[in-house]
Amino acid sequence: MTLPGEWEMVIGLEVHTELQTATKMFCGCANHFGSEPNTNVCPVCLGLPGSLPVLNERAVELAMAIGMALHCTIAPSTFHRKNYFYPDMPKDFQISQYDLPINKGGFLDLPDASRVSIERAHLEEDTGKSTHLGGTGRIHGAERSLVDYNRSGVPLVEIVSGPDIRSAAQARAYASELRGILIATGASDGRMEEGSMRIDANVSVRKAGEPFGTRCEIKNLNSLRSLVRAIDFEARRQIELIEGGGVVRQETRHWDENLGATSTMRTKEEAEDYRYFREPDLVDLAPDDAWQQRVRDGLPKMPAERRALLSARLTSSTEAQFDAVEVVIDLNLETYVHAALDAGVDPALALARAANELAGDIDNLGHLSSEGFCATLLMEQRGDLSATQAKTVLGEQLAHGGDPASIAASLGFERLSSESLEGTVATLIEQFPDEWARYREGDEKLAQFFIGQVMKVTKGQANGKLVVEQLQARR
Amino acid sequence: MSSPLRRDDVAHVAKLARLTLSSAELDMFTEQLGQVLEHANDMSSLNLEGVKPTAHPFELLNVVRADEIRASLDRDEVLAMAPDAQDGRFAVPRIMGEAP
Repeated sequence: MTLPGEWEMVIGLEVHTELQTATKMFCGCANHFGSEPNTNVCPVCLGLPGSLPVLNERAVELAMAIGMALHCTIAPSTFHRKNYFYPDMPKDFQISQYDLPINKGGFLDLPDASRVSIERAHLEEDTGKSTHLGGTGRIHGAERSLVDYNRSGVPLVEIVSGPDIRSAAQARAYASELRGILIATGASDGRMEEGSMRIDANVSVRKAGEPFGTRCEIKNLNSLRSLVRAIDFEARRQIELIEGGGVVRQETRHWDENLGATSTMRTKEEAEDYRYFREPDLVDLAPDDAWQQRVRDGLPKMPAERRALLSARLTSSTEAQFDAVEVVIDLNLETYVHAALDAGVDPALALARAANELAGDIDNLGHLSSEGFCATLLMEQRGDLSATQAKTVLGEQLAHGGDPASIAASLGFERLSSESLEGTVATLIEQFPDEWARYREGDEKLAQFFIGQVMKVTKGQANGKLVVEQLQARR
Repeated sequence: MSSPLRRDDVAHVAKLARLTLSSAELDMFTEQLGQVLEHANDMSSLNLEGVKPTAHPFELLNVVRADEIRASLDRDEVLAMAPDAQDGRFAVPRIMGEAP
């Protein structure tokens, strides 16, 4: 979206990610999405009197890994209580890091070469989940809310960007790149639809070169699509307000995906008074060099580096290949692609089969070895298999495993002898003299017609590329 | 030193803590809490340069536990402690608005 006049957006994002630990942040209850309600609860995460929190070591390490991937400084940190009353927070306070976060001052470089600063990435605990029943609830006239505390106390890291983002598209690119990093570090599964990654956007507008305007915080952004739509809506709302002589009020606004609009949330001013104070039941956190180094040594390559490594091996840079690289990085399919390239498979073919056939059956990858992938693609490249046959052989390996050569043989995918292909082509030329004449006059589209006819006769066993070679030889 | 605490402050804090105080209680707590704060203010007269803020009497750092699952409580037992439950969840009066 382009903004009217000289208006410019100023956006900062707060990304919450649930950490993929076995247990919760301060107790040994399972951190598991989708369990029966209130089955992963104990005195600590229910906030029962006398219970004491003990910090999860793995949560600290994942938080450090996120910080390191974002070039942050790992700093000595403390925990605070953020006090407020809400039924999904049974203690009536949330334990969070306040003035001293574990990670501070980093940055994230985006694929378009822009850089977004990271102010902090701190640890905190998640809240329970409430379901609101309206007047039409099961019990007539009942107006109540039901609370499940399985999520209460699940470890979160909140990543706060600087106000460096200037468009909804850049916000999307930031969220997407960050998601890739969270998945790569093993910190998160990145599933926005399950709420394991949630985004709040701080949006303001200004005329280029002027100081920042007043910002509004938008909550309830559950997908990258919502993020883009909400930012565009909010920026336009603020501009219309200002141009109409109004003033933007600093407030929290709720995004309604169905209405496609943000609206003021009904929160009292005083709700903002959280009376933060130090959590007396937790001691300071200050990972020493040895601990930090252990985490650093365990860090895998980040998406940007992996993207660069793969892109460097491509022979052309088409939009389709760029998109395929994104899919391959996102789904962690590079082992297959690199192995295929090592074996001499054409990059376009390796990328296409990975980004389509493998990506389309991602849950079954366990059945397919890189050797099987390479062998199949080499058979296709040599012309032993047609494209359709190669896809079938890959599909068979994904479904049941097995050796590609045996699968091809058992399916009757024998390479047509060149003599038999020659004969077929010759017969078809006699059968379709008009089409052949037009092809000879330079109408390349007719090549597709002849390939189609050959496929029909050979029941799909012919290789399209070889058919074209035959046609060209006779032209 | 003038009283560090005003009656309005006490009313505000009481409201945040969801406490309903009578006028007489407001007066009493303004007086009592004021004394507590005055006592804490005594420290302002000391020269504390170079003294680190203390949040804990123990010199402990990095107290963590291994990320290992322990048994959770039995749900029926848990929900029996609540005034009301429905569908395996705690039932509470309808919540107006969203979490702050």
